[in-house]
Amino acid sequence: MSADLTTTSAADLSRALQAGDLSSAEVTRAYLDRIAADDGELGAYLHVDAEAAVTSAEAVDAARAAGEELGPLAGVPLALKDVVVTAGVPTTSGSRILEGWRPPYDATLAAKLKAAGTVLLGKTNMDEFAMGSSTENSAYQVTRNPWDRDRIPGGSSGGSSAAVAGGLAPWSIGTDTGGSIRQPAALTGLVGHKPTYGSVSRYGLVAFSSSLDQAGPMARTVLDAALLHEAIAGHDAHDSTSIDCPVPVLAEAARRGAEGELAGLTVGVVRELGGEGHTDGYEDGVLDRFSAAVALLESMGAEVREVSCPAFDLALPAYYLIAPSEASSNLARFDGVRYGLRVGDDGSRDLDEVMALTREQGFGPEVKRRIILGTYALSAGYYDAYYGQAQKVRTLITRDFTSAWDDVDVLVSPTSPTVAWSIGARVDDPIAMYAADLCTLPASLAGVPAISVPCGLSEGLPVGFQIMAPALADDRCYRVAAALEAAQDAARGHRLLDELGAKENTAS
Amino acid sequence: MSTDTLVEYGELLTRYEPVIGLETHVELGTASKMFCGCSTTFGAEPNTQTCPVCLGLPGSLPAANAAAIEATIRIGLALGCRIATWSRFARKNYFYPDIPKGFQTSQYDEPLCTAGHLDVEVEGETYRVEIERVHLEEDTGKNLHVGGSTGRIHGADHSLVDYNRAGIPLVEIVTRPIPGAGAKAPEVAKAYVTELREILLALGVSEVRMEQGNLRCDVNTSLAPIGSLEWGTRTETKNVNSLRSVERSVRFEMRRQAAVLDAAERVVQETRHFHEDTGSTSSGRSKEEATDYRYFPEPDLVPIAPDEAWVEELRAGLPELPAARRTRLSDEWGISPTEMAWLVNAGAVELVSDTVAAGASPGDARKWWLGELARRANDAGTDLTELAVTPAQVAELIGLISAGTINDQLARQALDGVLAGEGDPSAVVEARGLAVMGDSDELVAAVDAAIEGNPDVADKVRGGKVQAIGALVGAVMKTTRGKADAATVKRMLEERLISS
Amino acid sequence: MSTPSPKGQLTRDEVAHLAHLSRLAVSDEELDLFAGQLAAVLDAVAQVGKADVADVPPTTHAVPMTNVMRADVARPSLPRDVVLAGAPAAEDDRFRVPRILGEEA
Repeated sequence: MSADLTTTSAADLSRALQAGDLSSAEVTRAYLDRIAADDGELGAYLHVDAEAAVTSAEAVDAARAAGEELGPLAGVPLALKDVVVTAGVPTTSGSRILEGWRPPYDATLAAKLKAAGTVLLGKTNMDEFAMGSSTENSAYQVTRNPWDRDRIPGGSSGGSSAAVAGGLAPWSIGTDTGGSIRQPAALTGLVGHKPTYGSVSRYGLVAFSSSLDQAGPMARTVLDAALLHEAIAGHDAHDSTSIDCPVPVLAEAARRGAEGELAGLTVGVVRELGGEGHTDGYEDGVLDRFSAAVALLESMGAEVREVSCPAFDLALPAYYLIAPSEASSNLARFDGVRYGLRVGDDGSRDLDEVMALTREQGFGPEVKRRIILGTYALSAGYYDAYYGQAQKVRTLITRDFTSAWDDVDVLVSPTSPTVAWSIGARVDDPIAMYAADLCTLPASLAGVPAISVPCGLSEGLPVGFQIMAPALADDRCYRVAAALEAAQDAARGHRLLDELGAKENTAS
Repeated sequence: MSTDTLVEYGELLTRYEPVIGLETHVELGTASKMFCGCSTTFGAEPNTQTCPVCLGLPGSLPAANAAAIEATIRIGLALGCRIATWSRFARKNYFYPDIPKGFQTSQYDEPLCTAGHLDVEVEGETYRVEIERVHLEEDTGKNLHVGGSTGRIHGADHSLVDYNRAGIPLVEIVTRPIPGAGAKAPEVAKAYVTELREILLALGVSEVRMEQGNLRCDVNTSLAPIGSLEWGTRTETKNVNSLRSVERSVRFEMRRQAAVLDAAERVVQETRHFHEDTGSTSSGRSKEEATDYRYFPEPDLVPIAPDEAWVEELRAGLPELPAARRTRLSDEWGISPTEMAWLVNAGAVELVSDTVAAGASPGDARKWWLGELARRANDAGTDLTELAVTPAQVAELIGLISAGTINDQLARQALDGVLAGEGDPSAVVEARGLAVMGDSDELVAAVDAAIEGNPDVADKVRGGKVQAIGALVGAVMKTTRGKADAATVKRMLEERLISS
Repeated sequence: MSTPSPKGQLTRDEVAHLAHLSRLAVSDEELDLFAGQLAAVLDAVAQVGKADVADVPPTTHAVPMTNVMRADVARPSLPRDVVLAGAPAAEDDRFRVPRILGEEA
């Protein structure tokens, strides 16, 4: 199976590894070869340590040969978004201010994946401190969309989306604060899931907005995403907002969903997210693909009805107050005292001046904009009008979800109002950039789980379908996503991502 | 250092009335820090008690220490506070190298405890100090200033930071303004901190060693003309770190502010620093702008919502508090409040109590701790508690005296041995041969020798001048080097010279 | 920032003050750029003010939890050489920083 290793699903790799049909070193080398060949142009990775990857792959192979009991993920390679703290492995969160920092500890999810025997291929590019929707805010490099290399791969987890869609990793961990897993997944034809807030430990994720950040899987199939999600979920005493409940059964939900039986399921289509009277900024192609997918769900037995969630209209302003406010505080620790960059310490300047120069040169423009905005929103005299008000709007959004759950099992919408746009098109217009998150923000603010699953192409570029579920009902997202994925794959006779491979073959 | 003009204390009181207020920070004596598992042991090598959390490394998150939260609630209960049913941590955002996250995790508008009080006594009068709030936060690291002549920040070339202290749980206890203390304001301030310290010790929540910075006071002082309806502008004297300094700093600020007001100038609202050496305060150079701390609820921690069962459980577990204990002990020991006040001032209440518990009579225990032992402590320049003798040993010493094994003079010699680390009193008495002689042959010989050696005196006694017997007793005591019991010696001499 | 300006207005001076408060030595060009961009952003986010939130409590966590605490147990700290390994400057086993101006400690 060597020729197809880098397009094989992680679930199939896992099976082959367990059966002994494949060695971890083989699959790891296959990916490293692809990275060596293609990442120069794609720009998905910030850090790759080929030697370390092969060494850990060989260790898994040796353990397997010795008859050791290994988990299902043992030997499967993996990429981590560079926001994930990894012991001894450079971690920058896409920022100059952390250039060269080698953390002395592992994030909880990194430790879990390490213990599961996964092989770390490298750390992927991202918008600086996860602030962005295009990965153009990385301090290091631009990442290209494998579907059209003149376009952005989404963001902030754009390195992860480009790597997985481009065949440079079988799957990856991303983080989602306002849509940073779902939107890049949508724009590259992947499955990306933002778990219920608190169900995956945030310990060791470089914080952007503490009350919103969640890590989750980005994968080529719904089943892969479920398997990776199960590997990182669970209570963690190091994260006080971590929910103490059993790890959800997700892979099973995905397998069951793939059977395509949705009778008894009620699907709510959110009017405020691309519905009647709310189509401004939505591309026709996106709305068409979305409607077709809704019809497909209906054809599988789901009952579909429209649901109105009026407070969702305020999700964008609320989010762009809450996230920058928390970020302004979370990023205060980057002061050049204990780690990372220090600028201007030549004996002529005092500490305040050195701190201000360090932060001025260590942070990019978007980060600085948000720090200033957040500092403003938290200031005495403005707190109630901005941060306080936004937190109340958050309650209204949560109430809209809660009342929707009285009538429907899941809510659906497009993941992104548009397909991937051209590199550079929105860099000077923060408002246009922020609009990319329109559909993903409500679930972020309410902390409920949401998945993006591909629902076809528009102008040759992937469109994502978002499924939102009540808190802790992540399994519903996987079930419905798997049903949709299976029905579409069956209809077209192949996976959507296969069309990317075909496209590349035509191109070369 | 100070060029301030000062007004005589007695004089200023004829024109001005003070209002004081105190913010007291107490480092809790938990095993681990507030939000991580690092040890809190004092005096460790720099930066050896740190981890990703208390260093503020990217990605790290806080996990609140249950013991610190319970200790804070217990302090609140001991101060008669209302315990919040909903309380949150908040971020206090500012930049300083000793705070590793760029914010201090503290509490803002939702503290754990509010609205309590503490009654303190000064010279027989009781003053009620209202407590505004008790909240929980984390301590900062320590900056060491290098290159300046004085180790102070001014003129320093650079600074060095040690984060061992960063993250140690810190309870802040804030009083409401205390008016009406008049001339006693400095003493009331000191009495408040003293009583607070006693309570914290009784609760066992902190070692409260002021010299180690376990308890640090910021003292607010203002003056207003007598009869004025408005309070004056206050200054905040930071880091007043001994009981005596609390009193001195208030007294100094009152004298300084009186001079400012006398000159028809305005007192500047500012932070001031207390100098132990001169007993004066100096301006802390107020910052160019008021800092905007941008408080907001800490999103990495969830609210603390103490329910009634939890609070009542903590209340039930409170020890007897110092004031109640003092009243009870006064009754049990049959002493007056004034006598109890002496014991409190000497820091001897617990020592006497423990000595009584070890079998001594209250009178003897008080006599030894306030007398001989207080003298020893004074000579050594230490507190009573730091003397190398335990209440049990003192009780044993007293027991030896009561049994007649030793007398007071021998007991002092025995105490020398105990303090020198020679063991318990009976062991020292044995080893040093300090026991009083009974009707031993040695004593009989010494008595006989005294009569033989002083025939004139003996004759006087025989002749009826009974009071002359003292000289013979003295002679016996001299030859026995104090080991004889004077009463016994006198009886033996009388038997020989009078009865026969 | 002595008196709050009307919502949606963010002057260049205010941006400069906020930059100072957040320890960002922004250049003059950046000040001009940010002031314009932030005014537009602020205009957009000020829409939260439209919501009728009388009697609506704020949400701080998606899944409400209280009293999450850990037992008071000391655990090993990091070795000091690891602690100081990432420091931009260290001296005498401590983190070294340039001279501190400001309030006397």
